[in-house]
Amino acid sequence: MAEVSDYIMEEGEYPDPLERPELTPGAMEGLKSLRAKPEHQKALGFPGELVDNWEEVAVNKMGELLGKYRSLQVYLDSCVKCGACTDKCHYYLGTGDPKNMPVARQDLLRSVYRRYFTFSGKYFPKLVGARDMNKEVLDEWYSYFHQCSQCRRCSVFCPYGIDTAEVSMAAREIMDSVGVGQKYCNEIIGKVYKLGNNLGLPKKAIESTLEGLEEELEEETGLKIRMPVDEPGAEILLITPSADLFAEPHIQGLMGYAKVFHEAGVSWTLSSYASEAANFGMFIGSYENMREVSLRIRKAAEDLGVKRIVFGECGHAWRVGYSFLNTLAGPFDFLDPRYPVPQHICEFTYAMMQEGRLRFDKSKNDEYRLTYHDSCNVARGARMGDIPGGQFEIPRAILRASCNHFFDMAEDTIKESTFCCGGGGGILTDDLMDIRVKGASPRMKALQQVHEEHGVTHMAAICAICKAQFAKVMPKFGFDMEAILSVHQMVANAIVMTGSIQEKELEEKAKGAVAEESAAEGQAA
Amino acid sequence: MLTGIYAILFYVATILLVVGLAYRIRLYWNTPAPLKIPTTPAPITEAGVAFRLAREVVLFESLFKANKWIWVFGWLFHFGLLVVLIRHLRYFINPVPDLLAMMQPYGVYAAFAMVAGLIGLWARRFLVPRVRYISSPSDHLMLALLVGIGLSGLAMKFIAHTDIVAVKAFFIGLMTFNWQPLPADPVLLIHLTLVAVLMMIFPYSKLLHGVGLFFSPTRNQADNPRERRHLAPWAAKLETGGRSK
Repeated sequence: MAEVSDYIMEEGEYPDPLERPELTPGAMEGLKSLRAKPEHQKALGFPGELVDNWEEVAVNKMGELLGKYRSLQVYLDSCVKCGACTDKCHYYLGTGDPKNMPVARQDLLRSVYRRYFTFSGKYFPKLVGARDMNKEVLDEWYSYFHQCSQCRRCSVFCPYGIDTAEVSMAAREIMDSVGVGQKYCNEIIGKVYKLGNNLGLPKKAIESTLEGLEEELEEETGLKIRMPVDEPGAEILLITPSADLFAEPHIQGLMGYAKVFHEAGVSWTLSSYASEAANFGMFIGSYENMREVSLRIRKAAEDLGVKRIVFGECGHAWRVGYSFLNTLAGPFDFLDPRYPVPQHICEFTYAMMQEGRLRFDKSKNDEYRLTYHDSCNVARGARMGDIPGGQFEIPRAILRASCNHFFDMAEDTIKESTFCCGGGGGILTDDLMDIRVKGASPRMKALQQVHEEHGVTHMAAICAICKAQFAKVMPKFGFDMEAILSVHQMVANAIVMTGSIQEKELEEKAKGAVAEESAAEGQAA
Repeated sequence: MLTGIYAILFYVATILLVVGLAYRIRLYWNTPAPLKIPTTPAPITEAGVAFRLAREVVLFESLFKANKWIWVFGWLFHFGLLVVLIRHLRYFINPVPDLLAMMQPYGVYAAFAMVAGLIGLWARRFLVPRVRYISSPSDHLMLALLVGIGLSGLAMKFIAHTDIVAVKAFFIGLMTFNWQPLPADPVLLIHLTLVAVLMMIFPYSKLLHGVGLFFSPTRNQADNPRERRHLAPWAAKLETGGRSK
């Protein structure tokens, strides 16, 4: 791993987040994520260990996927090797390993596709770079398809919209089907099936956490702000990443949602059965597992009799929620048709702001000079609000309303061109720390830029993975681990709730100001 | 003899091109896209999607965002080729419409643009390490083929004229199944052979990108998953408890 000091910039130094590294073939070849154990595999319906005739099974699986996914068929055929994507992947920019260039990553699978499914590859394999499915290829797949965070940055720039995420999902599905799964993702999906969330938190633990948070909120605001779980008849079912229940800064975000719901006067509940927004079924490219996890949300909504579903801050969960939930677990005709299903917590908060029902005291966030990190799956795989690009504007509008000092990072590193945090797509595991740090470097350089230019100290995000990843890697780039914030943490800090201690304070302050002013006027007279 | 060989060559090339493309288009058409995966921000309406695709086809919008050099060379090549192809219609239509006659000189400029674009793209395969790394022999051969077609065509215009009236008679004869003799000029024969090869490999190579773009779910889907439920036939089977495979 690179030395910590490699990444810390000198005062006055302006790093370039888009700087292209020297090609260093094989640089990341040896980095391998831990393999799933047989029990992790079996819980998801995959073989426990490498099956005997795995080459044949793998090729057959590829054939099956080609028939089920137009994206895969079209993308494997269409690439012309123009090179447009070669410098777009944060893992390439961070490592210089040419197999982390999107086109080269795709080619790990495309070369096998050509060999078995195209005329030229069957008869002229050398000419078109076709390869047999063998152990060497499988090893390479295992390394490099677990160095793709499926962030889709490459697909923005491809003239045919080829999305490497689709290819890496297919590769992972093929590997799972021959018994070679990744521990991190597969073990977590198993926990969801068993206990309802990625962390394996039982209902008791969720309840006691929420009780503690309620007390904290009461102490802070003087209000009885409820944070219920499994409450039948609540209006809103909140589906949020389980990290929101215990990790920093996630938990401050969760308290922000609770404050907004309270101020809106709507009842809400978490579900212990569907106590997870994350859906790692997407990362492993398994429609069946993604559907299985999604159906838990539907069941929870039906059982609790809610009218609306709102998602908390989680990037890929919002892609699955916004783009796939209706497909996987719909139709949701039993919910209130006046609201989209699902809604993002930012959409909820923004709507309240539009109606003038939220009051903010921005000065509460004056200690922060803030920027915003667009999470990849929200930016390029989903939307918020009614217009394309709402996913960029709505969180920024919320941040601008809740703090005085907001600065965007360089235009070619945000919005649709945003960089992945380096930990998405099933990479957020300690055994991949090397690639996580290197993959974070483009985003960190962009942050270092605004730190130099505008004195930015903190960065907000709306993704549980981004938050966990940045909290871990930021110190390597000279930032505090607490420099990453939740968007609704900023809301929680600044919101002035009706009847709260903060409201009284603000009124006192206003009175004081008026008194001072009149005193000053008296003097002047 | 020569006429017969080239006549058969072009019939075979045409059949391979048409059948191969039809097969591929049918395959893409029949393969479901089970999930909504437009690269967002994406248009919300079908009209918006058509406009997005049109921008990709005409302006190479995404490529423009990606890399200005590839964009310049790629655009020069493709639009040069388009104008050259339109210009070549005169060899297949009798009488030649006025508009087509008028644009003939521009077709020649376009041929230079096309070759210049191709050489630019080819140079990148040698000069840019990233692009050199991803290039396979077939990528070089494809460019050689296209440059060969362009240069042999230009050679007939500027160096070794062929009997173009006879060439036109040959092709109209092919279309009406009334074969006419083909002039035995070497440059012409090279040009025609390369064109026939291009036609034959089109549906079985990366040249499919021309078709692929229209079927690319990240570009051709509207962003409306919450409003309209999208369900593939094989995924619908899961809902009735069936297996997907």
